[in-house]
Amino acid sequence: MLKLENVSKTYKTGDKALQGIRFEVPAGQVVGLIGPSGAGKSSLIRCINRLVEPTAGSILLGDTDLTRLNGRSLRQARRRIGMIFQEYALVERLTVMENVLSGRLGYVPAWRSFLRRYSPEDIGQAFALLEKVGLADHYNKRADALSGGQRQRVGIARALEQNPELLLVDEPTASLDPKTSRQIMRLIRGACQERSLPAIINIHDVMLAQQFSDRIIGLRNGEVVFDGAPDELTNEVLTRIYGDEDWTQLRGQESSEESTDGSSDAPSVDLAEGV
Amino acid sequence: MDHQPTVRSTWKRPPLLLTNTLWRRLIYSGALIYLVLAVQTVEVDWQRVYLGLERGWRFIEGFLVPDFTTRWRDIHEGLIESLTITLTSTVAGILISVPIGIGAARNLAPAPVYLACRGIITLSRSFQEIIIAILLVAMFGFGPFAGFLTLAFATIGFLSKLLAEEIESCDRSQIEAIRATGASWWQVVNYSVQPQVMPRLVGLSLYRLDINFRESAVIGIVGAGGIGATLNTAIDRYEYDSAGAILILIIAIVLVVEYSSSYIRRWVQ
Repeated sequence: MLKLENVSKTYKTGDKALQGIRFEVPAGQVVGLIGPSGAGKSSLIRCINRLVEPTAGSILLGDTDLTRLNGRSLRQARRRIGMIFQEYALVERLTVMENVLSGRLGYVPAWRSFLRRYSPEDIGQAFALLEKVGLADHYNKRADALSGGQRQRVGIARALEQNPELLLVDEPTASLDPKTSRQIMRLIRGACQERSLPAIINIHDVMLAQQFSDRIIGLRNGEVVFDGAPDELTNEVLTRIYGDEDWTQLRGQESSEESTDGSSDAPSVDLAEGV
Repeated sequence: MDHQPTVRSTWKRPPLLLTNTLWRRLIYSGALIYLVLAVQTVEVDWQRVYLGLERGWRFIEGFLVPDFTTRWRDIHEGLIESLTITLTSTVAGILISVPIGIGAARNLAPAPVYLACRGIITLSRSFQEIIIAILLVAMFGFGPFAGFLTLAFATIGFLSKLLAEEIESCDRSQIEAIRATGASWWQVVNYSVQPQVMPRLVGLSLYRLDINFRESAVIGIVGAGGIGATLNTAIDRYEYDSAGAILILIIAIVLVVEYSSSYIRRWVQ
């Protein structure tokens, strides 16, 4: 489905953001991408839809090599990839409906989008998605009138309005409270399962990543240092990704906060279930 | 004793430029001496000032007893002409400066377009309205057409520059999000840049309308038509009461434009 071969990115400043990244994501798999700040998580997912230009390597989405595209063909490839952003990145002064419909921009000629004349199917789908994310009554509100969690729901609807083949998610819960974060993650995960949509979710919260991903990729200094199932994330692995820290204690706090039945003898497995 | 670790209790903000104390003092005192000497070279002919006071007073008297009626036809014509120049030149200026402003924004335009548009802006901004007006009056003759061209040209420099800066300071993530959907350049401008800059563009346009009206009074003096021409004639004829009436009307119109524009700006936020 998505296949990265030797992807590297070196910025003009000489910073090596990514070095020889290779992995494959099959249809329907939700990948949690974790790693310390500056490890290259954000660069990596932006290389996939070419908001950042990779310096080397190839990225295959289906049969298309995304790194070779330009102009029109790049735009056509981008519309197959939905993206959900940190801090939502909604166009604040547009209405919720316009934000959701902007997911169709790649398919609609400029004059139609300028006049906001979308096809009945596009509009119908937008209403259905707003209904699904629980914002059915808010379609004519301006995006900046919504709360954080509501805005991210609009962000999800916008990405799904594209009918994407791949979902890129950049820190979706960075400024949300724990409960809203979980609701948002559940929504993303549900959408992926329903449409057997592969997703790469770039996330800081390790517990959240473990709970909602099928697979975890750990990035450090632009290199993949871990690639495996969520319950293989041992303290030793976390140290490899993030560096030394008292992981047991951190996990202990989380689990005592969240889990009710205290079976704390197998912390790494228990955590994924307990939340 | 000296080497004992003591707690420091004095602190001064380090100077930002001229870190060398001696040079700093030399340069600052040099500047002060120059200022004093320069002020002393200004010659004031107090005799002339005394005579001028009387004329000035006549002007103020005229202002206090404005005469709207004697020259009303001229004033009326001049005002209509000025308002026409103002409105047409502002609209024409906005229509031209929006594409130039977009072209002069780093984050939207490729380098050659960027440089060309910045060039146009610099050209427009480097000449004061009056100089342009004198040139255009020489080219197109006396009258409102020269005034229209002058103000439209000046509007381009003003509006494109500020619009370009507004576009450059747009929230990048909103632009990125729209680009990520596969939108074309026009769609990115329409869906992510336009909503962000529109209130500011409206505000700046109204502000420019107000500036253009005031400028139309000034450039009229060099022959570019409008109320300025009427004002100039009135002063030349020593009809300070008519001139006073004209000034009062200009102030009144500027006030009306100012209040209505602040109202509209609040409404588009």
